[in-house]
Amino acid sequence: MVKNNLGHAAFCAIVTVIISFPILGLNLEARGVNITLTGASTSTYVAILVAAATVFVFQTFRDSLMGLLRKAPKLNPISRKQPMERSRRVKLESWIITGIVIFALFWPFFVSRGSVDLATLVLIYIMLALGLNVVVGLAGLLDLGYVAFYAVGAYTFALLSEYMNISFWMALPIGALLAGITGMILGFPVLRLRGDYLAIVTLGFGEIIRILLNNWTSLTGGPNGIGGIPDPTLFGMEFGRRVKVEGNTSFHETFGIAYSGEHKVIFLYLIALVLAVITALIIRRFMRMPVGRAWEALREDEIAARSLGLSRTAVKLSAFTIGAFFAGFAGTVFASKQGFISPESFVFLESAIILAIVVLGGMGSQLGVILAAIAVTILPELAREFSEYRMLIFGAAMVLMMVWRPQGLLPMRRTHIKLNRQE
Amino acid sequence: MLEVQNLSMRFGGLLAVDQVSLDVQEQEIVSIIGPNGAGKTTVFNCMSGFYKPTGGKIIFKGKEIQGRPDYKISRLGMVRTFQHVRLFTRLSVVENLLVAQHRHLNTNMLAGLIGTRNYREREQRALDRAAYWLERVGLLELANRDAGNLAYGQQRRLEIARCMVTEPSLLMLDEPAAGLNPAETKELNQLIVSLKEAYNVSVVLIEHDMSLVMDISDRINVISQGCPLASGTPEEIRQNDDVIKAYLGEA
Ligand SMILES: Nc1ncnc2c1ncn2[C@@H]1O[C@H](COP(=O)(O)OP(=O)(O)OP(=O)(O)O)[C@@H](O)[C@H]1O
Ligand SMILES: [Mg+2]
Repeated sequence: MVKNNLGHAAFCAIVTVIISFPILGLNLEARGVNITLTGASTSTYVAILVAAATVFVFQTFRDSLMGLLRKAPKLNPISRKQPMERSRRVKLESWIITGIVIFALFWPFFVSRGSVDLATLVLIYIMLALGLNVVVGLAGLLDLGYVAFYAVGAYTFALLSEYMNISFWMALPIGALLAGITGMILGFPVLRLRGDYLAIVTLGFGEIIRILLNNWTSLTGGPNGIGGIPDPTLFGMEFGRRVKVEGNTSFHETFGIAYSGEHKVIFLYLIALVLAVITALIIRRFMRMPVGRAWEALREDEIAARSLGLSRTAVKLSAFTIGAFFAGFAGTVFASKQGFISPESFVFLESAIILAIVVLGGMGSQLGVILAAIAVTILPELAREFSEYRMLIFGAAMVLMMVWRPQGLLPMRRTHIKLNRQE
Repeated sequence: MLEVQNLSMRFGGLLAVDQVSLDVQEQEIVSIIGPNGAGKTTVFNCMSGFYKPTGGKIIFKGKEIQGRPDYKISRLGMVRTFQHVRLFTRLSVVENLLVAQHRHLNTNMLAGLIGTRNYREREQRALDRAAYWLERVGLLELANRDAGNLAYGQQRRLEIARCMVTEPSLLMLDEPAAGLNPAETKELNQLIVSLKEAYNVSVVLIEHDMSLVMDISDRINVISQGCPLASGTPEEIRQNDDVIKAYLGEA
């Protein structure tokens, strides 16, 4: 087996050299007006050779190494235990989830402002990933332009507040609805497409929306973005030091406490938490309703689904619309959190990251997607020192995951349905 | 109840179905037989709306349905199985049957989110109907398995159950006995007859297993290379010279 790999391994090593040598081994240096080509230091060449050798060794022993990796879950002590009885497991799970939500409610009062801010971002990604999970995980429609709906939600709030002074709470449903409608409209032309073709067209739609926002300068401010987006209020109480909108009161004065910038951050976090929980609950409900089963049926076999009377148009559009709706939700929260948005925040990389979260978590699995959203948002922050290598680490993690657990962190489990024997 | 008149289907230069006619009455089992590639499945695909026929008429319950989209035709009460089983493999067995009952369910999303009484009642009825048919085809114990993990014969039966929960008036079976062992074929035989007798369903059957066809069909249509060759009762077909020649010629 090792012998068979030798040729392949040599090829991979050569490719490594061919790719890395021009990038790392050659430098363009500006000397006055001229640009000259110089070689890099010897240590760089050594590094390239070491890398090539590593690739060679890895590819040679690939099969046995991958075999070891696949065995990795067996090291996990619980995997050997008998699976728990179903009713007990369901009960335990719901207790754990309730516990986590309660913990999440009180946690921000004991930690730093930065952590709460990051947690809010995590919650926004959870909403996005749960929404995309409907489209990709359940309905099986590979959407690479999902960030467009996030942008629609964010820009709706930004524009409404700028031009019409509309508050966060009014903008939240409007933003989500508009995003949902956009999802439906963009869904029409791609009804007949699937797989790669669908991916490319949705990718295009995502870019179109971003470019539109970038160039419609008179309305959106173009690349300069829109600033001064208001914070949410609590029953007409503002969280700023001074009241900005007439008729509102200020939170710290009403309660007679000292002003603190943290109140606002915590409040936003709590809003995001509540919205994320609502998103998860609604989508979970959808999954057990006729529409959710229809999404999955269409993913499994479109021809069979149609032969049973399911309309492809209705099922696909509902998936696109509902997925986009929750992206709009997330977008509104994001705009409020940042206070400033520009097309920069809605690039393709965002779509890719949200998709990565869904795939890592396990297509269709809500708990998995939530875990993955936490991991993907927090890990890069913890590894700040390596921030230059962020994408590298991210890519490597994706590759490892797909080898180790192609079905995702927590693959979707079907709900048990109890039937009564009929006579 | 179903009448197919001079149905033709052309794929580019190939005339796969040429002027085929057949009719099905209430509570009747009508078979379509013919050598491989004769165009039997293509006839089904035209009837179920999967292809748009290039010629001819299909009249179901007094309505012309040729060229209508497939999901509308099935909602009229005309459903089919496939030559190569098409289940929703990663859905559980019972979920396969729930999906099929879409048109009996309250699909109003708001009603579902709130869980109105009407929604819950219909959902329960769908579950009961699913349980009934699972019991009927001997799959009740496996209701929460993934459909893709069933044995082949069980998958075939599940596909039939999935059609029956839609409460059709016409069932189209494309080679239901293919890949079944003799015991399973016998069960299938009894199941099809009971569908007709106990549930008032008419059946159009495509099948290569001659003993099954001769045993349960009320009438048989033979097609060969897209053209109608003969039609009549099993007795007539058995004695038809053209049919004997076509089948002997093939063998
Ligand atoms: N979509 C299509 N495009 C082109 N040709 C097709 C198409 N579908 C079927 N055909 C051709 O039509 C002819 C009839 O095929 P069909 O599948 O209806 O035969 P059949 O009688 O069901 O055969 P079998 O007993 O093997 O299932 C074949 O020659 C087939 O190649
Ligand atoms: Mg066929």
